[in-house]
Parts: sequence; C-alpha cells; structure tokens
Amino acid sequence: MALLVVAEHDNQSLKSSTLVAVAAAAAIGGEIHVLVAGHNAKPAAEAAAKAAGVAKVLLAENPAYEHLLAEDIAALVVTLAPSYSHVLAPASTFGKNFLPRVAALLDVAQISDISGVVSPDTFVRPIYAGNALATVQSKDKIKVISVRGTAFPPAEAKGGNAPIETVGGAGSAGLSRFVGAELSKSERPELTSARVIVSGGRGMQSGDNFKLLESLADKLGAAVGASRAAVDAGFVPNDYQVGQTGKIVAPELYIAVGISGAIQHLAGMKDSKVIVAINKDEEAPIFQIADYGIVGDLFKIVPELDAELAKRRGS
Amino acid sequence: MKLLVAVKRVIDYNVKIRVKPDKTGVETANVKMSMNPFDEIGVEEAVRLKEAGAATEVIAVSMGPQACQETIRTALAMGADRGIHVLSDAELQPLAVAKLLKAIAAKEQPQLVILGKQAIDDDSNQTGQMLAALLGWAQGTFASKLKLEGGKALVTREIDGGLETVELKLPAVMTTDLRLNEPRYASLPNIMKAKKKPIEQLSPEALGVEVAPRLVTLKVEEPQKRQGGKKVASVQELVDKLKTEARVI
Repeated sequence: MALLVVAEHDNQSLKSSTLVAVAAAAAIGGEIHVLVAGHNAKPAAEAAAKAAGVAKVLLAENPAYEHLLAEDIAALVVTLAPSYSHVLAPASTFGKNFLPRVAALLDVAQISDISGVVSPDTFVRPIYAGNALATVQSKDKIKVISVRGTAFPPAEAKGGNAPIETVGGAGSAGLSRFVGAELSKSERPELTSARVIVSGGRGMQSGDNFKLLESLADKLGAAVGASRAAVDAGFVPNDYQVGQTGKIVAPELYIAVGISGAIQHLAGMKDSKVIVAINKDEEAPIFQIADYGIVGDLFKIVPELDAELAKRRGS
Repeated sequence: MKLLVAVKRVIDYNVKIRVKPDKTGVETANVKMSMNPFDEIGVEEAVRLKEAGAATEVIAVSMGPQACQETIRTALAMGADRGIHVLSDAELQPLAVAKLLKAIAAKEQPQLVILGKQAIDDDSNQTGQMLAALLGWAQGTFASKLKLEGGKALVTREIDGGLETVELKLPAVMTTDLRLNEPRYASLPNIMKAKKKPIEQLSPEALGVEVAPRLVTLKVEEPQKRQGGKKVASVQELVDKLKTEARVI
C-alpha cells in the first residue's frame, strides 16, 4: 500500500502543513510518496525528500503549476491517484481548493479536515464547528483526505533522503488564469504554525489599536490573529481570521483580547494548550474556556502586560 | 445570463448543537433551522448581479426533505426568481449533491453557479469544487469579490496568505466567503411576493443520479470539554502563572 501526499509549497520551500499531512499518512501506514507540482520547484522537492518518513518524491515541473491552480493540479493528481490507496493534502486553502476536484473526478467521497486516524479506512473529523466529532468510514477504493493542520505533530523536516523522480503532467487546461496576489507580509511567525498567538476582536475598536497587540506579539515571538468581527469591521485583513471558517490554530499560548468568544471563533482555537482571555465583560463566553481570564479594560491591561513582559525580560 | 444558486437548510448558526445520546448524530428535532450563512451570501451576490443588469434570471436550488422549500422561499424573498427542490429524505453527501447540481446545470445551462464555500453543519467545503470538476468548469472558491467582464469572471479569493485573483472562463462555479457582501433582510412585501414564485420539485431518480452515501458515519461524539473559567486579579499574577504554572512563556 502506498500513499500520496500532495505538497503545499511556494516552489522554494515546503509549507509546514505538508509535514502535518505526511504525519497523518504515517499514522495510516504504508509507503509515503510526496508530489511536488510547481514551476522551478526543485528546492521544494529537495525539502520534501529530506522529510522523515518520505519514501519518494514526485516532481511535476510545468509553468502552469506555478500558482497551483486547482483545475490543473487536480487533473495531474487524478492521473497519479490510481496507484495509491490514499491521497492526502493539507486542509489549508490550498488543499481545500483542489482536493474535492480530485475526489469528484475519481468518483469517491472526500474525507475533509481529519483530526484522527482510527484505521486505514476510518477517520475522525470535527463537524458543527468542532462541537461534535464524527467517526466516518470510507467505502471507496481510494481515500481522498484533507488533514487538519493542528491534528498531527508535523513530520521531522530532516532525516530523510528520498529519491526525486520526475513525472509529466498535462499542464494548463486553460480554464483559469492566475492574475495576481496580495500577500500579507510580516516578520512574525505564520498563524498556523506559531507557538504563541495574540488575537484581537471587536473590542479592539480600530485597526490602529492592533498596534497594541503587535507590540505584545513582538515580545512573545507571537503571531497576530483576529476574530471574524474584527476582520468584517476592516480592522485587519482576512488572513488574520481564526475560526470555523478561517484558520484553525492550536498554539501553546493563545491570548484573546477583546474577543467575546462566539462558537465560530472558539472552533478555531479551543485546542490551544493555554488560553488567556482579556475582556471587560465578565459574562463573555471566552472566559468559560480560558485557563486564565482577566476582567477589565483591554486598553489598560494590554499596555500593562506589555510593560510587565518588558520588565521581566530585562531583569 | 442565468445564475444558479445552491442553498442548504442547516441548523441555525446561533444554536448550540447537542449530540444525540445514542451517538448517531446531532439533535435536529425542534431546533431552529436557517439557510446556511455562506449560501445567503451567494443568493445576495446573484440578486445583486441581476439588479445590476449582469444577469437575467436567478434560480435557487435546494436538496433534501420537504422543509427545504422554506429555505428556497427565503432565497425567493431575497430576490431569486424561481426555485428547484430536489426532494430526498436520504442523507445527501457532497458528491451526491454535486452530481444532482450537475444534472440541473445540464437542464438550465447557467453561466455561473454560486455556492457557499462550506455548510456550517458538516463543514465539508467540497460541493462547489466537486461540481466544477464534474462539469469540467473553472472554479473561483472562497470569493471576496466578483467581476464579470468580457465573458470571463474575475474572482478575488481569500487564501491563507492574503488575497489571490484568478480569471475564469465562463461558465464557471464560484463559492462565497464572508467578505463578498452583506446579505439583505427580505422585506415583508418581498416575502409575500415570494409565496407566488414557482418552485419545481424533482427527485434524484428523475435526474438519474445515484445518491447512496459513500461515507458511513459510525458514531458522533462530543469533544472533550475544556476546563476553563479561572480568573486572575492582576497582570503580575497572570505573568507569574504563565511562567511557573503553565510554563508557556
């Protein structure tokens, strides 16, 4: 039995979500192959070859694959899939975009966003914003699976030495064309892999006030996130959003500032190891799941916390 | 051009769901049901395209038990022109829904099919992409902006790193994200008008689609509850606890 993991990458490097998918494949068991489809993507393929547990890397080079358009990546994966028992990809916007196309073209179900492996055909996945966990069994010949980024510790990025094999692909089907991207640039860690996250909600009142959180984040080596309310209000861009339909995160420490704790937000962060809540409303639902809550005005408490961290770092 | 919008009847997003004691699923009896929020955004976008003169007709489609007609009526009250209801009491999984929508697309020949990016019940995020694949069409998922020009669709997508814009050949499939628009509330006169708009009822058999589930749900359980609720009195105490008790900073 062999499993195919479709790599998420930017041609130069591998995204850590790929290593999580490799770890899920290892939990299922079998020989793990990683497909890197891209343009000038040799560096990404070389990174995949070094990942622990990877037996073979398939490199599909084509200018059409540069931006990982769903139509073209899915068509490529479908040609490779019949040799595999399982096809896996991260449940990131990359995986969510192309993988259901693969499943449909193979005429199989997709098992979305798995958080556990029970057996090679049985998986656990959260439903209803993580308020229930479903154990589902697939009756299909090929299991097409997307993997929740927080559910498996990523495979080691080093230790492997897999051969890289070149595979062909049809390239562009001509259905869609990449026009452009506006990517958020930040020196801070990525939300989905950060050890600490400082998140702001509607209580922040403006985008400008997020500077308070950024200062705090810089002291903690943290990423900055937000609730849907803060994104909808235009305080911060969409890629900050943590929640059921945004990013799912599980850092060591999650500091929720001015976030009331709607179930849709909790869905995205309640697996964090330690949760701190700062909110002026004592009744806010976020306090029910927070390990440490402080009731009070965030505009007073956040600068105090910032100063306290600076002071202790200095001492 | 014709637009097809898919709308799903789900447990209202404000309801705190309960897992059934026998672990077969989630309690849906006597629970408030609504249109999936992402589908509302889809209906709004379609109606706006019609109001702007870019579309001629908006058809709302739903699938499932008889009560789905209420969801279609909501779409009609928001401004859709007519409805199609595929009646089925069986569990309809994303692949089956995509096949049914494909059969309807073959009949109706829409230039754009709009779906929510995911339903807030099963959180699958599959149907739009599956439909696009089955039709051999382009897709613009997680859309926060749509522009139709020169027989193409420009779709701005919310992705993990920010925003991405793709150009799609029409016909195409688009799935909505939260920032695409803010859905309107249906006015009372429009709710009354919607009662007179036609809803065609079809069946999976009539559409020639096999809908048997491919995934078997073995059990549904509640996740482990988090033990929270502790409060600290000061910032100093918080930092102490994070350092010595939780050991995360």
